[in-house]
Amino acid sequence: MREAAAAGDRSASWLLTCLAAWALPGAGHLMARRWAKGVVFLVVLPAMFLTGLLLGGRLFPFTVAEPLVGLAAVADLGIGLIYFLAGPFGLGSGRVVAVTYEYGNAFLIVAGLLNALVVLDAYDIAVGRK
Amino acid sequence: MTSHLLLMVLFAFFVSLVFAVLLADEPAAQARLGAKLFGGFLLGGLLLGWLMYPFPL
Repeated sequence: MREAAAAGDRSASWLLTCLAAWALPGAGHLMARRWAKGVVFLVVLPAMFLTGLLLGGRLFPFTVAEPLVGLAAVADLGIGLIYFLAGPFGLGSGRVVAVTYEYGNAFLIVAGLLNALVVLDAYDIAVGRK
Repeated sequence: MTSHLLLMVLFAFFVSLVFAVLLADEPAAQARLGAKLFGGFLLGGLLLGWLMYPFPL
């Protein structure tokens, strides 16, 4: 019974870590007391996302009809709750005529995908693999 | 900033930094890995650019 309770605590712990790591880049590592890594991800990933927005990149809509657009939308969402701050600041609608439009898209998509890797790393730390 | 080269350098910097911190634990190892990744990105980008140069749009 104690083992079951401990197992339950561990699964709640890694789940919370992963959710935190997704919501705020680096938060999972900070929770695991990997301070340097956490701070780096906390600074660099939002900076990359912001760069993409300022370059005129677009936060793609979630659409099934166009699979690649839908996949790009999923990748964009990988950055976490910061994704939802773009709209209120008038960013993310995409300036197609901008010279840097496609670069902006690349920065936005890759920032989200890198945070997905960061979440996986936070999971490995939470379950004791690292 | 509209320079293709500077944007490529910035992109390579961000990605190399994140991968270096993810894949290595000691600062010296992170710095070495990050430098290799950064150099590889830049060289690869320049090489691919020149390889594509002869081909029409």
